[in-house]
Amino acid sequence: MLAPVVSADRPPILEMRGISKSFGAVKALSDVSFTVREGEIHALVGENGAGKSTLMKVLSGVYPHGSYEGSILFDGHERQFRDINDSEALGIIIIHQELALIPLMSIAENIFLSNPPSRFGIIDRSAVHERTKALLAKVGLSEAPDTLITNMGVGKQQLVEIAKALSKDVRLLILDEPTASLNEKDSAALLELLKEFREQGITSILISHKLNEISAVADRITVLRDGRTVGTLDCHDGVVEEDEIIRRMVDRDLESRYPTREPKIGELIFEVANWSVYHPQHSERQVVKKVSMQVRAGEVVGISGLMGAGRTEFAMSVFGRSWGRNITGTVRIRGQEVDLSDVHKAIKAGLAYVTEDRKQLGLILPEDIRKNISLAHLGGVSTRAVIDDIREMKVAQEFRNRMRIRSHNVYQETGKLSGGNQQKVVLSKWLFTGPDVLILDEPTRGIDVGAKYEIYSIINELADAGKAVIVISSEMPELIGICDRIMVMHEGDFVGEVAGEEATQENIMRAIMRRKERDQ
Amino acid sequence: MSNPPNTMAAPQRGTGFWKENLREYGMMISLVAIVVFFYFTTDGVILKPLNLTNIILQNSYIVIMALGMLMVIVTGHIDLSVGSVAGFIGAVAAMLMVQYDVHFVIAAILCLVLGGVIGAIQGFWVAYFKIPSFIVTLAGMLVFRGLMIAVLSGRSIGPFDPTFQKLSSGYIPEMVSSANGIYVTSLVLGLGLAVLLVWQNFKSRARRISHDVETEPFGFFLVKNLVIFAIIGYLAYLIASHRGMPNVLIIMALLIAAYAFFTNRTIFGRQIYAVGGNEKAAALSGIKTARLTFFTFVNMGVLAALAGLVFAARLNTATPKAGLGFELDVIAACFIGGASAYGGVGKVTGAVIGAFIMGVMNNGMSILGIGIDYQQVIKGLVLLGAVCVDVYNQRR
Repeated sequence: MLAPVVSADRPPILEMRGISKSFGAVKALSDVSFTVREGEIHALVGENGAGKSTLMKVLSGVYPHGSYEGSILFDGHERQFRDINDSEALGIIIIHQELALIPLMSIAENIFLSNPPSRFGIIDRSAVHERTKALLAKVGLSEAPDTLITNMGVGKQQLVEIAKALSKDVRLLILDEPTASLNEKDSAALLELLKEFREQGITSILISHKLNEISAVADRITVLRDGRTVGTLDCHDGVVEEDEIIRRMVDRDLESRYPTREPKIGELIFEVANWSVYHPQHSERQVVKKVSMQVRAGEVVGISGLMGAGRTEFAMSVFGRSWGRNITGTVRIRGQEVDLSDVHKAIKAGLAYVTEDRKQLGLILPEDIRKNISLAHLGGVSTRAVIDDIREMKVAQEFRNRMRIRSHNVYQETGKLSGGNQQKVVLSKWLFTGPDVLILDEPTRGIDVGAKYEIYSIINELADAGKAVIVISSEMPELIGICDRIMVMHEGDFVGEVAGEEATQENIMRAIMRRKERDQ
Repeated sequence: MSNPPNTMAAPQRGTGFWKENLREYGMMISLVAIVVFFYFTTDGVILKPLNLTNIILQNSYIVIMALGMLMVIVTGHIDLSVGSVAGFIGAVAAMLMVQYDVHFVIAAILCLVLGGVIGAIQGFWVAYFKIPSFIVTLAGMLVFRGLMIAVLSGRSIGPFDPTFQKLSSGYIPEMVSSANGIYVTSLVLGLGLAVLLVWQNFKSRARRISHDVETEPFGFFLVKNLVIFAIIGYLAYLIASHRGMPNVLIIMALLIAAYAFFTNRTIFGRQIYAVGGNEKAAALSGIKTARLTFFTFVNMGVLAALAGLVFAARLNTATPKAGLGFELDVIAACFIGGASAYGGVGKVTGAVIGAFIMGVMNNGMSILGIGIDYQQVIKGLVLLGAVCVDVYNQRR
């Protein structure tokens, strides 16, 4: 653990006292107190729906003074923010999970979107350029200021957001799930940056589900549960165990974060051979390079790798050629070569693919649970192309009970469910197609700890039911926790394979690094 | 972690049923309110049998096109060319029938096929080349208006074969001799339709109850069905006391029933909503999204052609001005009827009600002597208002 930069007697920069906030009859926050000391990294954790985002919206003025009870003290003075401009004026800057950058504008234009340096109302381009360069240097980016956002990776976009915050003389930086869509390397770089900011006296609030990151950088951790503060842990009072945080978040002991399973591995079900895929736009770029893999019944196989390794591209190209061009190679299911030239055929052949982006690619958000579950197998609730609404509803209710989807009923819009419940709807949709092979791409991204455990249990059940399960994940501990075997992908190729019981983060990373060295 | 309550046993409480249907009841009530308003302000003229028949005839082609437009809008697209296509088809029909003496049945079939081909061409660019439908159909709007004027050489062509005119201006034949000026066949047909609708409602309610699915309270259900029966019965009586049911009303009713069933109950219909709600997710669920989009445009072309035929038959001539601005009325009908401009939302019945709201307002304001200038203003405001109410309700 780091030497404490922050001493306990440092004055608080922020005090939120007795905050309560209701939406109609629902109490989102009740009597929450939250204190942040000047110059610390303060982590805010809790399950989805625990009230983290609501609390931050109260703080930033999204919910204006008067719409909540309690008081906010910043720099020792009581503040009554009317909107987000009021809080920004004091240097309280929020960076949301969904980045607010305009893709077709340059870095510089994005950073100085609202207050560009100008002379007589005309934007001073050279000043914008210079100041952008300086800001980018601070966050460790070497990109040219006129690079378009759309041409940058998510990790770098995140850094641009932070540079944008720095342009506003930030004093309290709030990051909502900053690493949710970053790979391990970019995440590590971002966390390093937070530590540097701490040296410079910038205070940060970090909202995250990734407990390993939190214990790596946070000075203190406040846990919210069901809209109440459960407590604040000080990381300088000795090492805070991740399990301790989890227990406080969910108010129960998780014997383990991963349910146990006795693997009953059977016959070979799924075989991919010499699979190659090229980039849809840059046709000379081979994204997946002649890879092969085999999965048996009852087996859970993980695919690990850095972001951009080609894992999603591999999965989507297998699943009905949904990505890429010039796709070559063969797929056999139970020994039979299958035609996977479109998604419809892939589903018929017994394949299911749960996408990494459930909101954009997995669900029809304005439609209800029932219609989402039946979507990929409408034939299963129909007679001669006419949908039987009663049968459809019963199917939906069955899955709602089996998967423990928490909702009022099956007619609830999926857009209004929490991340974990949305993911269960997506899984239900695919289970209803009766697949032999399931490919789950980042199945627990942005999902709280309790729901993750449930998703893992579902994966185990599927394997026990004799299905072949492939899990793609950027979280190595997760793969190590649930997989029988982990394949390591790097730059479109499988560079290593580790048996589940022998897998550690170190030997997975070693496989990647070994290949990197060889390439150089 | 608490288990969700077991819902298999007890009927579900909550929002499902109401949410699905409240919007439509609201639309229905608005239409009735508008009719009642004009009934009093026009001293009952609006519901005179002759006028009522006229409203139906005047709006038939808008309603027919709204059925196709609704599906186009649900998939997240728009078709600006329908007015021009309808006019163009009318001109082609006139050319075939009047100048080349083609039998009207053959000419009509050729015209419908041509409409389908036009839809296919536009749909091809939208579905497979991913060119925004706004642009493709804007081009279509110009192209087919130009072609229409070329076909007509700027003149009007007519008159049509009297049998063809009956498509719009004919009435169903009377089987029984009419008594006291009442056309008995039409009355019986109308009442039959009312009975059928109510019987269907009872049947589906019984089925829902037998499966423990939430249904509306019985009192509400009863009142609703009485109202449906009374309104249809009364309208049938009014129509029967003029000249009976117009042929085009039968065509319209059949099409409405077919499209309502198709969009609500079939796999194909469901997939159209899915494509509009989230095209990428739909594609990854095995739905052939491009093919569906293509199909909705082909369908729109056929319906625009049918509307063009109905309109030409009604005027008994094909004029270069035929179909001018129809697309706006058709699109407005869909949006007033609750379709979402973002796709994925909208119902056939809503679009039909929307078309009649526009039609009744046109008619009522004309009777009141409001000039065409302020009619436009009021219609524009009603469109904006209806969509605002919808957006507000969505947000709540």
